[in-house]
Amino acid sequence: MMTVPIEHGFVLVALLWVIGLVGLLSRKNTLFMLMSMEIMLNAGALAFILAGSLWQQADGQVIYILILSIAAAEVGLGLALLIRLRQHIGDLDIDKLDEMKG
Amino acid sequence: MNMQELLFLVPSFPLVSSLILLLLAGRLSPMLVALLGVGSMGLAAILTLFIGVEFMGMGGNAFQQVLFNWLPIAGAPINFGLHLDQLSLVMMGVITGVGWMIHWYAAAYMFGDKDVQRFFVYMNLFVFAMLMLVLGDNLVLLYLGWEGVGLCSFLLIGFWQHKADNVVAAKKAFIVTRVGDTAMMIGLLILFSEFSSLHITTIVESTVQVSQSNLWLACLLLVGGAVGKSAQLPLQTWLPDAMAGPTPVSALIHAATMVTAGVYLIARMHPLFLQVEGILNLVAWIGALTLVLAGLAALAQTDIKRILAYSTMSQIGYMFLGLGALAFDAAIFHLMTHAFFKALLFLTAGSIILKMHHQQDIFKMGGLFRSLPLTSTFLLIGLLALVAFPGSSGFFSKEAILAATYEAHTAGPMLWWIGVLGAFLTSLYSFRLLFIVCFGPANHDLKEPDYKPSSQLVVPLLPLVTLAVIGGFISLDFSLVFGPAHHPHLPLWIEWMPVAVALVGFILAWVLYFSRSSFHTRQPSDGLIRRFCRDGLGFDWLYEQLFTKPLQLFARINKSDVIDHFYHFVGWFNFSLNEILVISQNGKLRWYLFGTLAGCALMLGGLLWWR
Amino acid sequence: MNAVNIESGQILFYVSGSIAVLASLFVVTNKNAVHALLYLVVSLLALAMCFYLLGAPFAAALQIIVYAGAIMVLFVFAVMIFNINQTDIEREKQWLTWQSWVGPSLLAMVLLGEIVFVILSQQNWSIGSSSVTQIELVDARAVGSLLFGPYLLAVEIASFLLLAGLVGGYHLAKELPKKATKLGGNQ
Repeated sequence: MMTVPIEHGFVLVALLWVIGLVGLLSRKNTLFMLMSMEIMLNAGALAFILAGSLWQQADGQVIYILILSIAAAEVGLGLALLIRLRQHIGDLDIDKLDEMKG
Repeated sequence: MNMQELLFLVPSFPLVSSLILLLLAGRLSPMLVALLGVGSMGLAAILTLFIGVEFMGMGGNAFQQVLFNWLPIAGAPINFGLHLDQLSLVMMGVITGVGWMIHWYAAAYMFGDKDVQRFFVYMNLFVFAMLMLVLGDNLVLLYLGWEGVGLCSFLLIGFWQHKADNVVAAKKAFIVTRVGDTAMMIGLLILFSEFSSLHITTIVESTVQVSQSNLWLACLLLVGGAVGKSAQLPLQTWLPDAMAGPTPVSALIHAATMVTAGVYLIARMHPLFLQVEGILNLVAWIGALTLVLAGLAALAQTDIKRILAYSTMSQIGYMFLGLGALAFDAAIFHLMTHAFFKALLFLTAGSIILKMHHQQDIFKMGGLFRSLPLTSTFLLIGLLALVAFPGSSGFFSKEAILAATYEAHTAGPMLWWIGVLGAFLTSLYSFRLLFIVCFGPANHDLKEPDYKPSSQLVVPLLPLVTLAVIGGFISLDFSLVFGPAHHPHLPLWIEWMPVAVALVGFILAWVLYFSRSSFHTRQPSDGLIRRFCRDGLGFDWLYEQLFTKPLQLFARINKSDVIDHFYHFVGWFNFSLNEILVISQNGKLRWYLFGTLAGCALMLGGLLWWR
Repeated sequence: MNAVNIESGQILFYVSGSIAVLASLFVVTNKNAVHALLYLVVSLLALAMCFYLLGAPFAAALQIIVYAGAIMVLFVFAVMIFNINQTDIEREKQWLTWQSWVGPSLLAMVLLGEIVFVILSQQNWSIGSSSVTQIELVDARAVGSLLFGPYLLAVEIASFLLLAGLVGGYHLAKELPKKATKLGGNQ
């Protein structure tokens, strides 16, 4: 239906991924860190779709489905952990979890 | 059967006795121990007598007896062989005869000591080693005996181990003689490299042309060994401290036998020394200086045994002087007579010490002539022999040495004058000893006026007394060993000068120590010179500054030594690195992420740049 | 078909791409959790658009239904449990100083530069020539036959994964018995 230089697609992937990275590294709130990780996962998914479209095969989408299931499981567990974390230290500051220091 | 064939038994008796006493330690009664220890010596002495008589009767040619092959070195096998000639016969006679008397005395002296069995093990082992030294036909066997006597001396000086001072003295003796022993070992090796053999007869009769400098060096090193063992300059510092051992030990080892080993060595190797006469000159000077030094030191001592020790040092100086003056027979003659009267003196001093309950300061004795008449008489006889009173044994031997010194081309008048000075000093300190110990008011507070020494302490002294008096008339014929005897013809005043100075010494001692006025000022004064003399003329202090202190300084500096530092550094470095790096482990997740990704970026960048 | 269509397809892709990027930026820099979530949903929808424009309609549909529809809802429920109120937002503001942006931004720039460099320096991306060709839609049927074919095992494993997620999520979020609650768990 349309064509797009594939490099631009990958540049978009890189851009999205880096944005997610910035969010992961600079936010203290664990919830936001999870959200940033979602963005990064999406970037990865986009990369696979691009590859699938490049080769005109359905494998890209299959991998996308697997990524999707990973993301789902991760979010489920992550949020449960967040609930537990909040019970443990009162807020969601990830810097409070430094008992492994030294 | 030839008595000489039984030569090997003479050293075997004491060896076997020593081994039996060692192996059956603690299971023998004191009586049996004494019987074994003294009896073996007696057997050896009697056998020596028989062998000697037969040997002289057979013309006195050298007799060799090889027992077995010890070190089968190709070309120069070392055997366990015994060599008998007049020199070794005289030494053997002295060792076994005087040794037997001393062992007998020691059995009574050490009676009641709980370690008496160990004592006799060491004593008999010592006699065995000494006999090996004098009977060995090669230098390796001689060295075996040399080391053996050094070991036994160490063991016996430190016999009463519970007192730390004794052990220190024993160590000092061992270490100082070790210096000499090492020199001797090097000398032996040089001789081996030159002559390709260590058999004594082979070496001295060799006609091989050897390099003069090597021979010089080897003989010098042998003199070094002799000097160590015989307590001459510069290795004389151990002998006075060696008096920490029991008195019979001092008599046997440090008067009659071990300290004469150096004299024996030089006499035995005299053909070598005759080729390097400069060394004999050196030997004479060493002897002369030592005898004056020892005489001065003896004048300032307060311990009876130390006086006798310095006296021994001085008399061995005379022997060295004789050796250096090419009067080898005179030197050995003096060795024999000295063994007689010095053993007598030491054993007598032992009796005195026993009566004084092991108190050895002469200024705390006095008036012993009244309380111990017999012992004092023996002391007097011994001292007369020491100062070479005309007619005594010491007179003949000392005269022979001094006469030879005057005429010898390796010695000469100057050394003769030093010898005369030595005679003066000998007389002075001997009579000082006599007057302070035996006369004057009794300066002690012993409450047993009628102490009778046990007969066993007196009987062994009788032969020694006899020999001290008449021993000078024993004529020793060393012509087959040292060549024809040389009787120098000297003006009369030279022959009688030593006697005259001895008389002067006696008069001076009388004035200083016997007159009424001196009786009241009877304490050792502490002036600087007197203290200097008492400490052996500062040699101990010198050696301490030169050797001991730098060594201790190095040891202290190196206490945490360099290698240790390296290993510590490795540990310290790792710990410090950990301390630095652990800062980055702050437990915060985002930091770790950041680190990981930064590393990623770096690696990627590196890869890209590289491509 | 003709130049205009091609261009419009291209333009649509770029537009949805930029929407995705912008929305992601807003997600990352937002102080309010709920607002951030909503922006995330926007980003996901934009990406779904991109998927469709790349010839993957099945993926686009799944993105909307599963990702934006289920996972984001899960997020919203979690936020609801956390009871985000004004104090939280204030605190968020406190935490977001400009210093906390500097380091990550620098690192991100560096990484972005590297990745873009790698991407742009590639010569050929496909067997044929680079880009200006027709793209066929890869429809659900193709995906399905792959899923039931070669990737069957992967599907089974994915189901394991989801089971683990399910059980773990239930267990971790379960309410603890009163005495086992440890330090200051003020809610």
